Amino acid sequence: MKKLLLGAAAAAIAFATPVLAQDVAITNAKLVIGDGTAPVEGGTVVIRNGRVVAAGSGVAVPSGVRVIDAQGKWVSPGIFAGFSRLGIVEVDAVDETNDANSGSSPFNAALDVSPAVNPRSTPIALNRAEGVTRAVVAPDNSSSIFRGQGAIIDLGADMSAVSQPRAFQFLEYGESGAGEAGGSRSAAIATLRNALFEARDYSRNPGRYIDRGKEAFLTRADADALVPVITGRVPLLVHVERASDILVILDLKREMPSLRIVLVGVTEGWTVAREIAAANVPVIATALADLPSSFESLAATQSNIGRMKAAGVLVGIGMINDEDARQARLVKQYAGNLVALNRIPGASGLNWNDAFAAISSKPAEAMGLGGDYGSLRPGRRGDVVIWDGDPLELGTAALTVIIDGVEQPLSNRQTRLRDRYWDPKEKALPKAYER
Amino acid sequence: MAGGALSLVTSLAACTAGGEKPKTASAEPAAKGPGKGKGYNHDPFPSTYKAYPGVPTLVTNVTILDGEGGRIDGGSVLFRDGKIVSVGKDIAAEGATVIDGQGKYLTPGVIDIHSHLGDYPSPGVQANSDGNEITNPVTAEVWAEHSVWPQDPGFARALTNGGVTTLQILPGSANLFGGRSVVLKNVYARTPQGMKFPGAPYGLKMACGENPKRVYGGKGRSPFTRMGNIAVDRQTWAKAVEYDRRWDKYEEKGGEAPTRDIQMDTLRGVLDGEILVQNHCYRADEMALVMDMAKEFGYRVTAFHHAVEAYKIADLLKANSTCAAVWADWYGFKMEAYDAIGENLAILEKEGACAMIHSDDANGIQRLNQEVAKARQSGIRAGFPISEETAWKWLAINPARALGIDQQTGSLKPGKMADVVLWNGNPFSVYTRPQMVWVDGALLYDANNPKLRPVSDFELGQPGEGDVK
Repeated sequence: MKKLLLGAAAAAIAFATPVLAQDVAITNAKLVIGDGTAPVEGGTVVIRNGRVVAAGSGVAVPSGVRVIDAQGKWVSPGIFAGFSRLGIVEVDAVDETNDANSGSSPFNAALDVSPAVNPRSTPIALNRAEGVTRAVVAPDNSSSIFRGQGAIIDLGADMSAVSQPRAFQFLEYGESGAGEAGGSRSAAIATLRNALFEARDYSRNPGRYIDRGKEAFLTRADADALVPVITGRVPLLVHVERASDILVILDLKREMPSLRIVLVGVTEGWTVAREIAAANVPVIATALADLPSSFESLAATQSNIGRMKAAGVLVGIGMINDEDARQARLVKQYAGNLVALNRIPGASGLNWNDAFAAISSKPAEAMGLGGDYGSLRPGRRGDVVIWDGDPLELGTAALTVIIDGVEQPLSNRQTRLRDRYWDPKEKALPKAYER
Repeated sequence: MAGGALSLVTSLAACTAGGEKPKTASAEPAAKGPGKGKGYNHDPFPSTYKAYPGVPTLVTNVTILDGEGGRIDGGSVLFRDGKIVSVGKDIAAEGATVIDGQGKYLTPGVIDIHSHLGDYPSPGVQANSDGNEITNPVTAEVWAEHSVWPQDPGFARALTNGGVTTLQILPGSANLFGGRSVVLKNVYARTPQGMKFPGAPYGLKMACGENPKRVYGGKGRSPFTRMGNIAVDRQTWAKAVEYDRRWDKYEEKGGEAPTRDIQMDTLRGVLDGEILVQNHCYRADEMALVMDMAKEFGYRVTAFHHAVEAYKIADLLKANSTCAAVWADWYGFKMEAYDAIGENLAILEKEGACAMIHSDDANGIQRLNQEVAKARQSGIRAGFPISEETAWKWLAINPARALGIDQQTGSLKPGKMADVVLWNGNPFSVYTRPQMVWVDGALLYDANNPKLRPVSDFELGQPGEGDVK
């Protein structure tokens, strides 16, 4: 239930979801604000017009709003998936359903995932049922270091999924970017600088920019898409793993201070955590990568996020090239694992409060969108989940999921298949008649 | 010459005096027919695994899940000389190292029936990619152990983070007949043979479904379709039956030995019950067809792996005594994984079929206890109560049975290998990690002891060496 741009879209939404944002208060909650503070018992959260107006203990319930008594259960902001490809892939291995990759397109930076997002793709319903309410969605165009423009989406059961189109530009650096730029990191950084120069030229005089089509490093559309990046209006998310590569990107930031860089992946970040913190560059990191799975992640450890956090880096969890099209729900388990690390001598994890923030407010803040998403602080979107237990614990279920103040359906293909085959034996009629 | 022979004898004697002589393939002469099973050497690359020394250990006051469905609260386990000695309420053991297990759980080591560690090691560069002989839909002649790089850093992670003590390494699934698997103890060695689980039967990796038809159809050759998959399978089994018959005849009656065919040796092993079929197969309809194909040629599928739709045919699997190895929540990455549900394991258990968890993943193998925790909760929420002790069978005795090693490991029973994990809390909680892991009674991981943390050759001198990981 976002701002409606078109009358037709509004009609479609009204048809799809007759239920509009309700004013609702959830009381008697073990309330998690999501900003790193500890849960409070007996908390209340109030949502009006799709936004949080108050949350905490001692919050009064306004008259006339629907009241849900949480009966002491855990209540938190919905999970903010810090990096995903939700909604643009139905089945990874079925190309026709996979809009993450545009490898044969002549365009790169101009590619925009927003129109490709399908709110009815099953991964959205499955992740919604597990309390994921909002996600960063990135393209994965494999023909250039510039992957294109990503979006912030909600996982609501309506036809309007894109909360924030063209919310960032996504760039591949490191091994993968090197491969696409011509085979080396030298080529990748030259390509990047050249593109930023060209975009700057374009921005000074768009009318004189010559579109050289397929021969160009940047088409006119690509250059146009990079203007908000060089002016710092949208962040540049840079996927990078190796410590030395991280430092190269931090150098670029020093050279072009208007760039709003967010580092993504960052497996070796802990080894240069002080430099990242000093540069004031936020990070969306993979959580449990602990194998030297490539030569750019030799120092991989599950302590990465904990050590970066301890060094003062703003860090949230995202799933970078890690089941990113379907399994955003796993960030809860990942965050729980970071809590478990605290009991291993020599390891650095997160305490529970910081771990939850790493999958709610921190990734939103890293994107520069902490004022809208990721916590139950007043003014944020009304994304709230009531859980049947600790949301980071294995097997905890989301009992109620509210997005933009709208209570969401939780059934999906998997619950339907389960119900059909709970007793696998065939009866008087084939299974196809059971529904 | 005489002098040379003498010095050889001397050096061998020296070897013997200094310890056991290293076993090699050439240490055993090739078997000679006739005689049942004597036609050729069935074990040319024998295990040289040797248990490391341990101390008699008594863990007391601990919650025990024995891996076969048993549970003792406030129990004790004693192991000595590499074997479980006793499991019970009150056990006294003079001279044993005593570990107080207050607030902790003790379980048998986790067994992963489906791993590619060593064959697809880290770092995952092409030069290390040795898991799939994608040159022919039938490559029953390849043996996974000949690809295992025993320095894969992944073995250490599986041990220290996952409590994995035994794992089966399988060839990949590009081929209908992928080749032989190998079962390993999760103990670093210089050679794959040094990790081989003593006496474990071989497996034959088979695959149905999308992978073989995609790989070979993409090359414009058979199989191009699912019907092509079954056709090539049946042609190959028909040939194997003939090969088996010729060798049986030779071994019984002598005469001219049939020509060796390394590919057919493996299939003959299956037909004779020496080698267990481990079949990659997702869809219910295909699993049913494969079980009938097995009956046609006189073999049995021991376990279907990646059995995403096993829940739809739990009754058929049970009737065929065929196990299903599954994930907790993987879904949707390919069409044949589209119907995955979180209650798969629970439905199999409810219907009395043999079920287990598996990883197929260098990261996932580090958290199989967590995968079981999720699967268990899904079942409970759907209305089928599953106790912790029942769920642990999915990590222990069930995979041990499907690997044919349940007499040696897979549960905390007297006489079995002391493959044991002490967890620092309830292992069904995300907040719990292994605290100590023993393999054959040898303490090979201790969270509190940085020296008991394996560092593979590859990681030595690299960034992050010896970190907790």
